Amino acid sequence: MKHLLLGDEAIAQGAIDAGLSGVYAYPGTPSTEITEYIQLSEKRKGDEAKDKIFCQWATNEKTAMEGALGMSYMGKRALVCMKHVGMNVCADAFMNAAITGVNGGLVVVAADDPSMHSSQNEQDSRFYAKFAMIPCLEPSNQQEAYDMMHYAFDLSESLRTPILLRVTTRMAHSRAVVETMDTPREQNALSAPENTNHFILLPAFARKNYAELVEAQSDFVQTSEESQYNQYTKGSNPKKAIVTTGIAYNYLMEAIGEASNTHYPLANSEASILKITQYPLPKALIDQMVADGAEEILVMEEGQPIVEELLRGMVPSSVAVNGRLTGDLPRMGELTPDSVALALSPHSEASNSPLPIPELVVGRPPALCQGCGHRDMYAALNEVAREHENAKIFGDIGCYTLGALSPFHAIHACVEMGASITMAKGAADAGQFPSFAVIGDSTFTHSGMTGLLDCVNSKANVVVLISDNLTTGMTGGQDSAGTGRLEAICVGLGVEKEHVRVVVPLPKNMEEIKQVLREEVAYNGTSVVIARRECIQTLKRHLKAKK
Amino acid sequence: MKRDIILAGVGGQGILSIATVIGEAALKEGLYLKQAEVHGMSQRGGDVQSNLRLSSEPIYSDLIPKGGADIIISLEPMEALRYLPYLKPDGWIVSSCKPFVNIPNYPDIEQVLEHIKAVKNHVLLDVEVLAKEAGAPLQAANMVLLGAAIPMLGIDHDKIVAGVERIFARKGEAVVAANLAAIEAGFRASRL
Repeated sequence: MKHLLLGDEAIAQGAIDAGLSGVYAYPGTPSTEITEYIQLSEKRKGDEAKDKIFCQWATNEKTAMEGALGMSYMGKRALVCMKHVGMNVCADAFMNAAITGVNGGLVVVAADDPSMHSSQNEQDSRFYAKFAMIPCLEPSNQQEAYDMMHYAFDLSESLRTPILLRVTTRMAHSRAVVETMDTPREQNALSAPENTNHFILLPAFARKNYAELVEAQSDFVQTSEESQYNQYTKGSNPKKAIVTTGIAYNYLMEAIGEASNTHYPLANSEASILKITQYPLPKALIDQMVADGAEEILVMEEGQPIVEELLRGMVPSSVAVNGRLTGDLPRMGELTPDSVALALSPHSEASNSPLPIPELVVGRPPALCQGCGHRDMYAALNEVAREHENAKIFGDIGCYTLGALSPFHAIHACVEMGASITMAKGAADAGQFPSFAVIGDSTFTHSGMTGLLDCVNSKANVVVLISDNLTTGMTGGQDSAGTGRLEAICVGLGVEKEHVRVVVPLPKNMEEIKQVLREEVAYNGTSVVIARRECIQTLKRHLKAKK
Repeated sequence: MKRDIILAGVGGQGILSIATVIGEAALKEGLYLKQAEVHGMSQRGGDVQSNLRLSSEPIYSDLIPKGGADIIISLEPMEALRYLPYLKPDGWIVSSCKPFVNIPNYPDIEQVLEHIKAVKNHVLLDVEVLAKEAGAPLQAANMVLLGAAIPMLGIDHDKIVAGVERIFARKGEAVVAANLAAIEAGFRASRL
């Protein structure tokens, strides 16, 4: 069957067809559509269908990773999905899952965002696979992404290790036709591991497991060398060689194809090409490339120059290794067909230089929606903050991060999920007054609750504003883990009941909201003000559905 | 057959629906297709674009190289200009002439339109007025623009119409009819 699928959707359909039993994920661009696709496909199946796939959103990436490991422990195939920075949140579970190994197949999908289209950094998840010493797959197109899911689960079970599948924005969010299999694989039967010592990481057991993992490295390399997903083609001028990883291969092929159109005269079309989509690096193929006479290797990889660095230690010092570190390709940001074409023929002029962008074109940054509750929350907060000489407002990750921009210019920091509360606390510890935190409901349950407990335990003088829009807004409106229970959670963590306040962020309530904020600033201790109004986008959807 | 198309606009204007209809028609024609989209933060009223590539031969890159686009289809005039470096010298701009002003420093609209008119092959339409005249709701303005781009797409008018019928079928006959009226209004206007 042929389908037009996003890269993310191809991954999801591939996992379903590979006998998936559960997906565990927290929303994050550009990974969200994987889990959404599985949820939709489950909904279509209906409640009575057998072989249901567990697909409820997790509270954060760490709980997701652990849930998946538990499902794998019981012999079933489990998938974990997240954006690249989610890997940092689940790193403890991820690294140690490499030590325990798996029972049922376990695949972790990390969607990286080079050029930071919707992220705060462009860290490269391939480092995590290397760090944990497990195999990594990096599909070059949507069909490969689909096919690789089956391969990844089989590989995970045969090597008894988690597999990391890494994609980048342009793979995740680009559509192409994907041919899917007619008959999906059955789910695994429930079967606990024979040797539970493998899953008990006491030092004595962990040392043994780690030794096995170290021992397995040569198998992992051999698997890469024999994989259909790594291909070496000797060129007619093998002194020059090009190594591509993931989707960089497409830009190379585009440049070679376009060369006949003389848009960019291509100097390197006779080079040997090593296409890598599976790690660890296939040493035998690299040795072959060198044996064929490679003197100059150009490395094209999406993300950080990890292969470029590794290759330098694998080839003789007489062989030049070029790429992002040498300036042949930009040091940061995603690759483009243009940057790749330029790297291939740096000394030639483009034959028809493109039209410039007229000077009058100005930037159009994203903004909070008209009618959004975050707007009214910021309007009130800004006024109260201005009543003090030196108020500090620590922001967090979500739509409301846009409060940093015009017209609000409200927040003074935004780092990572949950940091608003703990940074506000640290600032208060240092003597800052007043110290505000602004955090969304989903981010609060993701990583804010533990920080709030820290505040309570040291009676930190902070005002925590939970801007509760009853959803995970920025990623398109997924369920939020604490909906309907935020007051109970805050009181449960030890915030005094009279200092957990709820307001409705609407222009007509402005005076009341400001008064509540003033009272809580005046209180010397930890207060929570919940500004609760449904996200305008999900509200529109709900009203439409009712019609 | 090969067409590289940049769809441009402001988050929420509906460029992805245009891509969906063209994609549906292209698939029916047995063409290869790649379509890179923008999801996430920019969708909140920021500038958005989609690279849509159609070809009778396999397509590698998800992105269109600079100077490679046959058509820029834009729901907003300044957004059309943002992607000029991607347009072929003999490429087409098909754009709405109505500015979407959600920033304080939006440039003089007359100058924006002059820049578009300076491109040899261009079609500028008030898609909202045309939608209204055709009796279609405002949300169908994007289909007016698609209709106007049909002569440059390399896919027959009837195939696009059939695509619209299939895509909107589940929303009922009235919605299909409104979108078809919008397509026809745009198609007629661009051929005048």
